[in-house]
Amino acid sequence: MTQPSMNELQKTIAESLHNGSRWKAWEPVFWLLVLASPFLLGSHALIINEIAIVALFAISLDLVLGYTGIVSLGHAAFFGMGAYAAALFAKLVMPDPVVGLLFAIAVSTLLGALCSFTILRGSDLTRLMVTLGVALILFELANKLDWLTGGADGLQGVVMGPLLGKFAFDLAGRTSACYSIVVALILFVLARRLTRSAFGATLMAIRDNRLRAMAIGIPVSSRLAVIYTIAAGVAGAAGGLLAQTTGFASLDVFAFDRSADVMLLLVIGGTGWLYGGIAGAVVFKIMQDVISTITPQYWTFWIGLFLVVLMLVGRERLLRPWTWFKKGGAS
Amino acid sequence: MLTILFDGIAYGMLLFILAVGLAVTMGLMNFINLAHGAFAMVGGYITVLLMQKLDVPFLVCLPLAFLGSALVGGVLERTLYRPMYKKPHLDQVLFSIGLTFMAVASTDYFIGSTQQIMQLPEWLKGRTELGEGAWMLGMGHYRLFIIAVCAALTIALQFVLAKTRFGSRLRASVDDQRVAAGLGINVNVVFLSTFAVGSGLAGLGGALGAEVLGLDPTFPLKFMIYFLIVVAVGGTSSITGPLLAALLLGVADVAGKYYIPKTGGFIVYGLMIAILIWKPQGLFVRKGGK
Repeated sequence: MTQPSMNELQKTIAESLHNGSRWKAWEPVFWLLVLASPFLLGSHALIINEIAIVALFAISLDLVLGYTGIVSLGHAAFFGMGAYAAALFAKLVMPDPVVGLLFAIAVSTLLGALCSFTILRGSDLTRLMVTLGVALILFELANKLDWLTGGADGLQGVVMGPLLGKFAFDLAGRTSACYSIVVALILFVLARRLTRSAFGATLMAIRDNRLRAMAIGIPVSSRLAVIYTIAAGVAGAAGGLLAQTTGFASLDVFAFDRSADVMLLLVIGGTGWLYGGIAGAVVFKIMQDVISTITPQYWTFWIGLFLVVLMLVGRERLLRPWTWFKKGGAS
Repeated sequence: MLTILFDGIAYGMLLFILAVGLAVTMGLMNFINLAHGAFAMVGGYITVLLMQKLDVPFLVCLPLAFLGSALVGGVLERTLYRPMYKKPHLDQVLFSIGLTFMAVASTDYFIGSTQQIMQLPEWLKGRTELGEGAWMLGMGHYRLFIIAVCAALTIALQFVLAKTRFGSRLRASVDDQRVAAGLGINVNVVFLSTFAVGSGLAGLGGALGAEVLGLDPTFPLKFMIYFLIVVAVGGTSSITGPLLAALLLGVADVAGKYYIPKTGGFIVYGLMIAILIWKPQGLFVRKGGK
């Protein structure tokens, strides 16, 4: 290959990468709508808040699962860590939400950095077990250290100060919803920036073929450790938001169901696509709300059925109805 | 102290019977089946309900539990599991979580969420004590019975795997599916029967363990982690691996809960993570297998 065409090639690659990272026209519109939603749908502000938190949590899992291909059944570990860190910080140190949130992010990032060594080796099964084990250990810890965490009763009496010194958290949840959405937006933009960077491209290379990624000189272990740590921080932010906006942290933030749910909703929305987590969170939360008002006790059955059908049909195909009648579809 | 060791061994044997099916199917199909506990629950409920409602003797219930869950396992393998073998692990995990959720919710719906109590027959209720002082060995008859049954099953399984034609076919399929199929082994039938037997064993384990482990609709979720630990630590390529892992887990769990009850599950989970970081493929890996 001669020199000029090499330059040409580089230019094309740079251009296509740049195009990929450029904001599409609908994206700002979407986010403006989201930001307006607590005001437009004022009576549903509580569920909007929940959706924003779950969406952020799903984005965090997407960084690990969708972009890097680490199957994790214990992502609630970081979520819960963030929740307890934020709640304890508010209770024991100071009630300012923003500082508390930064503290929660810092703590869970630290935890993620520690845990990142556990996911580097072994097969999918090993990683499943180790991530699940970490979440279970934290669950037990939160349960047993009842002088600190309130044990099975949960951590009560968390009083948050007003946001930025001005906006108090109200019962209707409008402040909480706005707060959660803004935090989610900031972290989303950062995550978007990260996944569209060269770093993000190496992550996807690792996901697609770890051996080849290693062969072209990508430092696989350090990349895995770094993304796992970052994702832990994002999950911690989601957990912290939950604790701050509900003024409560209980054991269920570490529960297995939470890890399973977030995985499920990410898969519903589509992995390896940051909006997948958001779409999944919206669908999942609304579905949960609707079904659990019909059958509060047995809604896990319908979730289970949905999962089984989704997996049998193939998650690529169910979300794209136009491929149903094509023979030998993409799945 | 010996009593704890004894209880731990009984617990470990029980875990082994519960998890051995999972180990074999995971090694064979490379399928991560989180719904394995649901089959154990089927067996447990068959036993409890038959004993409560129809007064069937305990010893008759055990084979029925085995057959019942084997049947369920076989049917599900043929209809639902088979299309999933080729899918990525993430899909399998979600699929089997979905099955587990369904099993838990429907048991709750049909039978109720209360813990089932099993009435043991009189001859299993007693307790024998040997020795004196610190070295006293107290053996509950039921635990003795569990150890005896599980040991017999283990020996039988080992015999089938090592000496019979089916065993060699199974081992060949585990080592390399495609070559095994090329040699004229009907791998599908091997899969089906193995899955059914594995589910049956889980059902039997569930029936035996209903009294020890407790039986309620959340059983599959509660013990899923234990089965997976046995398999992940023991490796999937032999049956001695899971056996030793199950015994280790059983003894560690019972001893931990007895001596330092404050720690709860820490010991087990911590031990598992330590072992998996040290040897990611499990403690007992056979060389040469795939």
